[in-house]
Amino acid sequence: MPHKNENMAKKGLFDCTVVSNETLNHSYFMLRLQADGLPAMRPGQFVEVRIDHTPDAFLRRPISLHDVQAAEGIISLLIQRVGAGTQHLATLKPGDTVNVLLPLGNGFSLPENGDRRPRVLVGGGVGIAPLLYLGRTLAGQGVPVSFLLGFRSQREMLDLSAFEAVGSVYITTEDGSVGEKGFVTNHSLLQNGQPGFIQTCGPTPMMKAVAAYASAHGIPCEVSLENKMACGLGACLCCVTETQTGHKCVCSDGPVFNISELTWQI
Amino acid sequence: MADLRVDIRGLQLSNPVLTASGTFGYGLEFADFVPLERLGGIIVKGTTIARREGNPYPRMAEVPSGMLNAVGLQNKGVDYFVDHIYPQLAPIAANWIVNVSGSCVEDYAATAEKLAGLEHISAIEVNISCPNVKQGGMSFGTTTQGAGSVVRAVRKAYPKTMIVKLSPNVTDIAEIARAVEAEGADSVSLINTLLGMAVNVKTRRPVLSTVTGGLSGPCVKPVALRCVWQVAKAVQIPVIGLGGIMTATDAIEFLLAGATAVEVGTANFIDPSVTMKIIDGINTYLEENGFQSVQQIIGKLEV
Ligand SMILES: Cc1cc2nc3c(=O)[nH]c(=O)nc-3n(C[C@H](O)[C@H](O)[C@H](O)COP(=O)(O)OP(=O)(O)OC[C@H]3O[C@@H](n4cnc5c(N)ncnc54)[C@H](O)[C@@H]3O)c2cc1C
Ligand SMILES: Cc1cc2nc3c(=O)[nH]c(=O)nc-3n(C[C@H](O)[C@H](O)[C@H](O)COP(=O)(O)O)c2cc1C
Ligand code: FES
Repeated sequence: MPHKNENMAKKGLFDCTVVSNETLNHSYFMLRLQADGLPAMRPGQFVEVRIDHTPDAFLRRPISLHDVQAAEGIISLLIQRVGAGTQHLATLKPGDTVNVLLPLGNGFSLPENGDRRPRVLVGGGVGIAPLLYLGRTLAGQGVPVSFLLGFRSQREMLDLSAFEAVGSVYITTEDGSVGEKGFVTNHSLLQNGQPGFIQTCGPTPMMKAVAAYASAHGIPCEVSLENKMACGLGACLCCVTETQTGHKCVCSDGPVFNISELTWQI
Repeated sequence: MADLRVDIRGLQLSNPVLTASGTFGYGLEFADFVPLERLGGIIVKGTTIARREGNPYPRMAEVPSGMLNAVGLQNKGVDYFVDHIYPQLAPIAANWIVNVSGSCVEDYAATAEKLAGLEHISAIEVNISCPNVKQGGMSFGTTTQGAGSVVRAVRKAYPKTMIVKLSPNVTDIAEIARAVEAEGADSVSLINTLLGMAVNVKTRRPVLSTVTGGLSGPCVKPVALRCVWQVAKAVQIPVIGLGGIMTATDAIEFLLAGATAVEVGTANFIDPSVTMKIIDGINTYLEENGFQSVQQIIGKLEV
């Protein structure tokens, strides 16, 4: 059941115009979309993009808000090419129209009562996508932000200047080709000091390792889950995750969960 | 504006477009996209006597032009519905219809009885595609005896409009329809999902946690149309058609094949406002073809 939260913006369907579609590396691209009258959107919320003209991609594709320029009505999506749906999105040209359902999900929690304790935002692979808008929003509220971003190798790396403009950026790669070698949880940032709050998005094994670290050190931690979705509205119950209080919808109760709500064995 | 009203044995619908159970939540999830009062009716999520957690994730697999689901009737039970959900629905002037599921005949009847007292629930839709736990788990809807036994029990417990939702996973769907008509069903709706399966060759495992699941979406439409056509010829009671309806044209195909009304399911996931487009599109079709009323096209397929 949707609890009618008064703070939640009305959801809508928007025919967005492609402003730009830029190839970033061998598999990532940045799709920027514009529409008038977009509602307020919170970091960690996501959109569902309709894929037309491809029989192989029937359902909408959930994609995080990477960045929002509210005044211009522009949203940026950082997307990894995976299958037919994302492949199709990679071919969109400036001026093309794409139908987007937004804003969906709960979003990351933001500080209350002027709390300015530093936060570490941990991302892996394309899971770094929602952290830019989160970091920018936090920094705007005076919260010191560090990004700890893990990539497989140099080949997967992206231009991170947008992140660097918001906070300090720390990198790990599995092969050591950039930053520290290893996984995010091995990074000296986490080994030498303890952040006040961790928010993370990335592959499930990475998020579980981060959650285990956080829980071992008593640090509050939020994770953003990626489950397969159909409606995105909390109606079909396809996207559920196990929680302490039974199945919850990742699309409407999440995608962001505090690790204390989940039943992860960590 | 053509006259879109249809009648399901006393249940008056302002237009023939309803939403299919399990695809439209409790309606409220779609309130930002659809003025709920404009729908012909809203069939809410499958409701059982006791709370059900449903099946483990993964419960959904996308397939070409459709999807498989194995939600497994997750719901909080009929008492929770009556106490917590119904009060939110009652103030909205729509035809609210509750989809009733069960694992034994007694549970169906007990659930229906609890719903019978709710003034703003116009009808129930009895989902007989559920496994009969007392008889080896075979679906009630696959035999005339199984289907008949559920309908007989629910008929005693529920005086208002009773729609019975048929499974397509049978040899002769018209035979099942005749059996439920004989036991006092006011209407039949069809089709429920087709049993299907998806395999992941990378992991060499099934995609769904339950291995098999229910297929829906435009890929099932030809099967659904065939079933509706066969059943409409076999029974006197009104038939509600569904399965893969994405557009007004699809809906009109079902009306021509003999459906008095239609339900829209999976299409709500692709376009949450699609039902409004379908209602408007049916009206446009009627006007453009010189019909004053939707009644004039129901069952008018020329064969
Ligand atoms: C809340 C949320 C936010 C996301 N944010 C981003 C993002 O910012 N950038 C990005 O690149 N990707 C993101 N994803 C993952 C993205 O949705 C999938 O990569 C995409 O749906 C794959 O579609 P496809 O047709 O290319 O791949 P296919 O593998 O062909 O897709 C087949 C089916 O599986 C589903 N699917 C496949 N992979 C995933 C996945 N990882 N998560 C959920 N469903 C999946 C598809 O939606 C489709 O229904 C997000 C997922 C969720 C749930
Ligand atoms: C996610 C999902 C959940 C469903 N849940 C139910 C249910 O609880 N009860 C029921 O009778 N049918 C349920 N159905 C079946 C639909 O109501 C409908 O019969 C079927 O999907 C075919 O129509 P469509 O192709 O328009 O979706 C469900 C279908 C889907 C996709
Ligand atoms: S995707 Fe439908 S409930 Fe989450």
